[in-house]
Amino acid sequence: MTFLQFAFYFFASVLVFAAAMVVTIRNPVKSALFLVLAFFSAACVWITLQAEFLAIVLVLVYVGAVMVLFLFVVMMLDINIAELRAGFTRYLPVGGVVAVLLVVEIVFVLARTFSPQQFANPPSHAADYSNTRELGELLYTTYVYPFEIAAFILLVAIIAAIALTMRARAPRKRIDPVRQVQTRREDRLRIVKMKSASRTAHRDQQDDAS
Amino acid sequence: MREYFFWLTAWLPHNLQVTMWVLTKIVAILAPLMLCVAYFTFAERKLIGYMQIRVGPNRVGPRGWLQPIADALKLMMKEIIIPSRANRFLFLTAPLLSLGPALAAWAVIPFSDGLVLADIDAGLLYILALTSMGVYGVLVAGWASNSKYAFLGAMRCAAQIVAYEIAMGFALVGVLMVAGSLNLRDIVLGQSGSMLHWYWLPLLPLLVVYFIAGVAETNRAPFDVAEGESEIVAGFHVEYSGMAFAVFFLAEYANMILIAALTVLMFFGGWLPPLEVAPFTWLPPLMWFGVKTSLVAFLFLWFRATFPRYRYDQIMRLGWKVLIPITLLWIVVLGMVKFYTPIGVWFA
Repeated sequence: MTFLQFAFYFFASVLVFAAAMVVTIRNPVKSALFLVLAFFSAACVWITLQAEFLAIVLVLVYVGAVMVLFLFVVMMLDINIAELRAGFTRYLPVGGVVAVLLVVEIVFVLARTFSPQQFANPPSHAADYSNTRELGELLYTTYVYPFEIAAFILLVAIIAAIALTMRARAPRKRIDPVRQVQTRREDRLRIVKMKSASRTAHRDQQDDAS
Repeated sequence: MREYFFWLTAWLPHNLQVTMWVLTKIVAILAPLMLCVAYFTFAERKLIGYMQIRVGPNRVGPRGWLQPIADALKLMMKEIIIPSRANRFLFLTAPLLSLGPALAAWAVIPFSDGLVLADIDAGLLYILALTSMGVYGVLVAGWASNSKYAFLGAMRCAAQIVAYEIAMGFALVGVLMVAGSLNLRDIVLGQSGSMLHWYWLPLLPLLVVYFIAGVAETNRAPFDVAEGESEIVAGFHVEYSGMAFAVFFLAEYANMILIAALTVLMFFGGWLPPLEVAPFTWLPPLMWFGVKTSLVAFLFLWFRATFPRYRYDQIMRLGWKVLIPITLLWIVVLGMVKFYTPIGVWFA
């Protein structure tokens, strides 16, 4: 077994283990953390396939941003596990049928097209071969329209998400940051010139105190 | 050096030799880095002391020079207290999650031409991916501590880092456009010439955005709301003591030096001297890199002594509504200038 094979089997087994834990573990935060581990192992497997750009972007986007926000939400929720598990036996038949159907479909598709003969090892490239450059060139020349359309759909989704949550709730106490930033000292502070008490009077007070 | 090492270990199998050589290089990077971190904390305390008209630590050793070592010893001797009903495993893993990326990122930093552990092609992306993973240490620590203060710190940190990471990423896109490469060595070599060829000039807005985002990513003042002593005691590491706390501390300082080194590599010509003439070229490239990195790292301390902490909503506003639009706009300007105007040569 070469080192590459060892690395593949190692990361692949970590990936399968983490994925299994995501759906079986009881605590939702731990489940999300296992999903992070699963993404990370998947990125490592992709590295062994010489897809370094995809692997790093997977870590950057899913591990670095999406899962952080996911955890952010999951950590704040108080999820009652017992309640979620209550209807387990009731939904088991339906879920089981769907699961079996999915497995059959996957096997049906993969068994016909996916075999080692059809997908040879990726050719190994020289050390200075740039995966990123190749992908960029393809995306911005051959696939420029699909790429732009996908980007546009995502933009629409962003705007829709913001528009749905930014509805005006009735009594809103909103501060205007521009006005805050532009506040000058004169707006808030008034310096009053006062005559200080005379020196002798001050000394008298001290004497009284003692 | 390499030949000598391989000659010395010729009796070992080749694979083991290579592994040992890589390990040696890792130690050669991390040991000085740890020393730098130790004395960076000392520099911080001294400098902030001087800025506030105090003397800073001056008791341990001559003029206080042994203070970081005393601190390290103290932290190692102390007990690690695990709060009741905390998640023990995650509580102890969190510091490692924070230190791991901070150290792993140094693998692709070129200290001078050719002096780099892994000269990989996608170096910039690798750095970006690893710095974005550092937030897990803080998040997990905040959750596993079973403490409200720690949790609040973690929540603040997560939202802040996601916001500033985008600005940081876009600033790096600008560097990548100008350099035409993701490899850090090529980025530095693209700046060769003189100070005017360094990218700080054509990319000035991106430099400012990058550095602000870098300060926010490392949770340093004025963006240190994750710790926020005045409101949430010590934020995410409030429950940590002894070595577990020290590891967080190490990660924060290693990250600061990392951001300083990256700023130097991408905007200030890395190991290149400011002018390619006699008095400047006497200093070896490694020294130039060190001097520049120290100067940028000094800014972190200066900021801390100067600025009051930002209010949280203003941090968010700065990140989303100021820095991200600036970077987006500058990327478009950069693209236009590079391809459609005669001064595009200057940018390339």
